[in-house]
Amino acid sequence: MFTSFLIKYAEIGIKGRNRHLFEDALVHQIKYALKKCEGKFLIHKTQGRIHVDAQTEFDFDEVVEHLQLVFGISGICPVVGVEDEGFEKLCDTVVSYIAEVYPDRNRTFKVNARRARKDYPKDSMEINMDLGEVILNAYPEMTVDVHEPDIMLNVEIREKIYIYSEIIPGPGGMPVGTGGKAMLLLSGGIDSPVAGYMIAKRGVKIDAVYFHAPPYTSDRAKQKVVELARIVSRYTGPIYLHVINFTDIQLYIHEKCPHEELTIIMRRYMMRIAEHLAKETECLGLITGESIGQVASQTMNSLIATNEVCELPVYRPLIGFDKQEIVEVSEKIGTFETSILPYEDCCTIFVAKHPVTKPNVNVIRRHEHNLDEKIDELVKTALETDELIIVE
Amino acid sequence: MEVYLDNSATTRVFLDVAELVKKLMCEEYGNPSSLHRKGVQAENYLRDAKQTFAKILKCNEKEVFFTSGGTESDNLALIGCAMANRRRGQHLITTQIEHPAILQTMKYLEEQGFRVTYLPVDRSGRIRLEDLQKAMTGGTILVSIMHTNNEVGSVQPIAEAGALIKRMNPNTLFHVDAVQGFGKARIYPKKMNIDLLSASGHKIHGPKGVGLLYVSERAKIKAINYGGGQQSGLRSGTENVPGIAGMAKAAEILYDRLDEDVAQLYACKKHFIEGVSKIEGVQVNGLPMNGQTGGQPGGSACGACIEQTAPHVVSVSFAGVRSEVLLHTLEDAGIYVSAGSACSAHKPQPSATLKAMGVDPSLLTSTIRFSFSVFTTMEELDYTLQILYDKIPVLRRYTRRA
Repeated sequence: MFTSFLIKYAEIGIKGRNRHLFEDALVHQIKYALKKCEGKFLIHKTQGRIHVDAQTEFDFDEVVEHLQLVFGISGICPVVGVEDEGFEKLCDTVVSYIAEVYPDRNRTFKVNARRARKDYPKDSMEINMDLGEVILNAYPEMTVDVHEPDIMLNVEIREKIYIYSEIIPGPGGMPVGTGGKAMLLLSGGIDSPVAGYMIAKRGVKIDAVYFHAPPYTSDRAKQKVVELARIVSRYTGPIYLHVINFTDIQLYIHEKCPHEELTIIMRRYMMRIAEHLAKETECLGLITGESIGQVASQTMNSLIATNEVCELPVYRPLIGFDKQEIVEVSEKIGTFETSILPYEDCCTIFVAKHPVTKPNVNVIRRHEHNLDEKIDELVKTALETDELIIVE
Repeated sequence: MEVYLDNSATTRVFLDVAELVKKLMCEEYGNPSSLHRKGVQAENYLRDAKQTFAKILKCNEKEVFFTSGGTESDNLALIGCAMANRRRGQHLITTQIEHPAILQTMKYLEEQGFRVTYLPVDRSGRIRLEDLQKAMTGGTILVSIMHTNNEVGSVQPIAEAGALIKRMNPNTLFHVDAVQGFGKARIYPKKMNIDLLSASGHKIHGPKGVGLLYVSERAKIKAINYGGGQQSGLRSGTENVPGIAGMAKAAEILYDRLDEDVAQLYACKKHFIEGVSKIEGVQVNGLPMNGQTGGQPGGSACGACIEQTAPHVVSVSFAGVRSEVLLHTLEDAGIYVSAGSACSAHKPQPSATLKAMGVDPSLLTSTIRFSFSVFTTMEELDYTLQILYDKIPVLRRYTRRA
């Protein structure tokens, strides 16, 4: 029955003169999302709206599911579009529309007609009244409520006539690509994919870096991270995933530095490497899944120590989230089940029984000097052997 | 150099088998139930396969049934017999070191109201016949004991157990999970008082997705799936003709030259155990020591004792080395092994078999299984040993400190 979708967007509407940039980005993201759907679609902007017109048969549920992945969309209205074959015919269409969409008709309604084509024989008020009457006659159980109707039946008269009344919620946020790009530190855990999702939701394009440590971590652990990136890319578009071999750096730190500080120092090197990659790829910031106090390396003291090695801002969208809240988002976006697969990542393999929770930055810096002899070379090698995987 | 030492997980298919399977998929692809010539052709392959196995097992070809693999054979044997005989009793016996295909099925049967006794094992991974004798009751309808353990290669006293069971209660059925033993040993169900026996295609250089269940004519068993009534109604579903013919071909090749191959495998096993024992802090699991139960660290295995175990499995614990890390280190050198058993790689947890054998808890996560096949060469083992000599000290240097 439905032939097209009217896309509603909230925040873009207030973006003043940049508005067209946001709209173009949204159109682009919608096109990307619908590529994976059966059927052909024409996506166009008219008078401050975006329309998705199906040009072939399509799978309604599939299209809605994919549109719900596009940040920037606040609502998706399924639309019935018909040729103008006179008012009589329009009345029939509206009556059967209601029959199909509302099996339970014990509701209030209001007709909201708009006439973009001024040569239409009736004006908006007349259409409202006449269509209302037709509906009341067809379905005596329905009543009119012009202030708070259950059903707002929109009828738009353009070259064709469009009927819609339902709004399916979209994910909100802003179209990816309008907010620049950032580098996500992606582990195999629950938090980092959620962090990437949340920043992407604000219109930010995502690149990612994963640190692997063969033979201490397996190819399966890497596969798992690729899979997580793939799930996140459903929302963000293609993700450039950098895989950095971290083994030698990790072993070197293990050999030269106090064991309780291993995790902190390791994370400092991860941040440095991530920042280096970020700058090379024009990212404007780093993203991590840290949340205050979740583990020893995420206390405020530890965050000072990991934060100070970067110049770029580090975005930590989960900083105030409880674990359960993070789990809820990860379940919603579909990363949870992959995140809990039991492969060890490089943060856990050598972890001390009692890592420092209140590291002193000066002490950490001093101990890092134990690494002076070889660390620059090791970091250089790690960057040179960066494996780039394009995930989509 | 690529060295595949994970043959207890699966094996390389013999080339002749692969060619036969391809032919039966692409040319002689008929359904054995069809009335036309192509159906008859397929049926002939089935009959030939049954004859092959009947000859190898010295049984009647009517007693050979084909399934989708070891797991299905075990499920059918256990559930099918338990349900068919539940009026005679509700008690089942198995061991603590069975494959999950047995243990999980037993768990299901417990939920259905059956009582299950799990026999313990000694340090060498073998049950004690006294324990079996004590566990048997008038209401014991089925005993299921694996032939060869997949994780440590211990071989159970099947013939003795069979004789004991029949002496105590001639009505008790005896099932043997021979997924690891078939193709490595001569197993004769009638002589060993075995009523049901499971085997799998892909462990014997045959295709995956095919297995067999021997069911003695006198065993009472019920189907657990329903359909077109193929295979006397015990296992409905169009027979996997390419798989079945392929498995039969593989078995035929193996049993034609079994004695030489087994001798060669034992030579490999002895050589490898000798070599690996030179590394400090190493323990080979599942070996009987000088007639006693054993596997003590530093002990040396006697030659005769090794031949009481499976010819193709060596379980080694490396103190202070995490098995997963060693596995990936060996992988980097082109050597493929398993940490515990491959079946448990999906849910890493300490091996129940090693625990039941009383292996030191600190070694449970430091154990690697090397498993050989007829393709394994001494050169490959020497290469593997050399890598172990080189890498074990390095891995021990970098460990989680307390």
